[in-house]
Amino acid sequence: MKHIQTIQKPCIKAGKNTACGECQASCQSACKTSCTVANQKCAKEEK
Amino acid sequence: MIHSFQFQNHNVLLDVESGAIHTVDEAAFAVVSAIEHGKDPYAVGVDAQTVSEVLSDLEELKSGGAFETETPTAPEILGGSAIKSMCLHVAHDCNLRCRYCFAATGDFHGERMLMSYETGKRALDLLMERSGTRQHLEVDLFGGEPLMNWDVCKQLVAYGRELEKQYNKIIHFTITTNCVALDDEKIDFINREMHNVVISLDGRKEIHDALRPTVNGKGSFDIILGNAKKLVAGRGEKEYYIRGTFTRENLDFLEDVKALTGFGFDQISIEPAVLPDDSPYSLLPEHLARIDAEYDALTEHYIDARKNADSWYNFFHFMFDPDGGPCLRKRINGCGAGTEYVAITPEGDIYPCHQFVGMQEYKLGTLDQPTLRSDLQEAFLGCNVCTKDTCKNCWAKYYCSGGCMANAVLYGGALETPHEISCHLMKKRIECAIGIYLSEQ
Repeated sequence: MKHIQTIQKPCIKAGKNTACGECQASCQSACKTSCTVANQKCAKEEK
Repeated sequence: MIHSFQFQNHNVLLDVESGAIHTVDEAAFAVVSAIEHGKDPYAVGVDAQTVSEVLSDLEELKSGGAFETETPTAPEILGGSAIKSMCLHVAHDCNLRCRYCFAATGDFHGERMLMSYETGKRALDLLMERSGTRQHLEVDLFGGEPLMNWDVCKQLVAYGRELEKQYNKIIHFTITTNCVALDDEKIDFINREMHNVVISLDGRKEIHDALRPTVNGKGSFDIILGNAKKLVAGRGEKEYYIRGTFTRENLDFLEDVKALTGFGFDQISIEPAVLPDDSPYSLLPEHLARIDAEYDALTEHYIDARKNADSWYNFFHFMFDPDGGPCLRKRINGCGAGTEYVAITPEGDIYPCHQFVGMQEYKLGTLDQPTLRSDLQEAFLGCNVCTKDTCKNCWAKYYCSGGCMANAVLYGGALETPHEISCHLMKKRIECAIGIYLSEQ
């Protein structure tokens, strides 16, 4: 492509092997006031 | 849905529904901005031949599932709804009197009291019974100030370790502390048992002391800094965060980040205070441009600092790992307040999260009668980025996951109405995080 460079391929995981529910509750990490998931890790990816 | 923005020398295009990120040249940026805002791409001052090329590039992206992607459908959580995370209010009391405290300086607008071991045990039993197939569970020792009830903290951790074996679970204990009452024995225990430690320290001494005085009105900075350094020095590879708060009194919070890194800390989270508009410390719409500029300055400082191992640090809200990030279900459901996540008070009352504590209309149940209010749980479960009008068409929905529901109720007016200032700040931080990610590629 002449005008566009892809830095990150599609990455929002929605397949049947997701939604295990093992990841950390977002508010338990550091903030306790702002519910963010952008900075969270997938528990499966961490293993 | 797409979102385009400029970050330093990057023209960034985010395909919201797939998470794909592209950088584009000036002509393409003008074209995608026109498309994003429903305008004619041939009417943005770019020559027709170039517009045609850009549209061809975009069509190629689209066919590859990386541009204007359809909204995906998230699978249901395996094993159904379960409680996996618990905030244990072991102390509704505190040895500080922080001026911006959401917990009314520790008592949550109630009686100052400590949780008994018996109540804590029943809370952990409830967690085990309601955790379903989840193996990883989280328990945060919270307050007020949890170190004011230290013996019970230790007893509950020991009891939790027994339960882990009995139920084949893994409990990640964490503690959120101001460090005032730390000593060597507590440091050793915390560093042995706590998966993460959140340390409340605001940055510069004058900022911290002005807003985080002791009960008798003296500054707490000098006590806390030494204790926090000692605690962190013994953490090894285990997680910790220095968690500060900024208010309208320190909109130059980059200086607080610099102070914290100067003290030797490298895991930092500085959060905006969320307070009623009439608080002298609240952040108001007129502060937003100044805060945005400060996040930009922090971003520049962050990128430079991370080029050198000696000055490297991590800022909680700039962490962004698209490939290793959470799945769609997590992005939709967010914090799980009221469903996956609950808070337990010293009296044994159960609330959707620590910030709802004391709001009687949001009490889910009690440890004596742990049949949780299904109407409330359904309301929380049904309140997500797919259902909230404000979130449905917001580009940041899969990164903020709909925002803090307690702040929505307290300052947005309803569970379904996110707090606007928090939304603004979240979007700014996400743009910075994506920009930093691009810079570090």
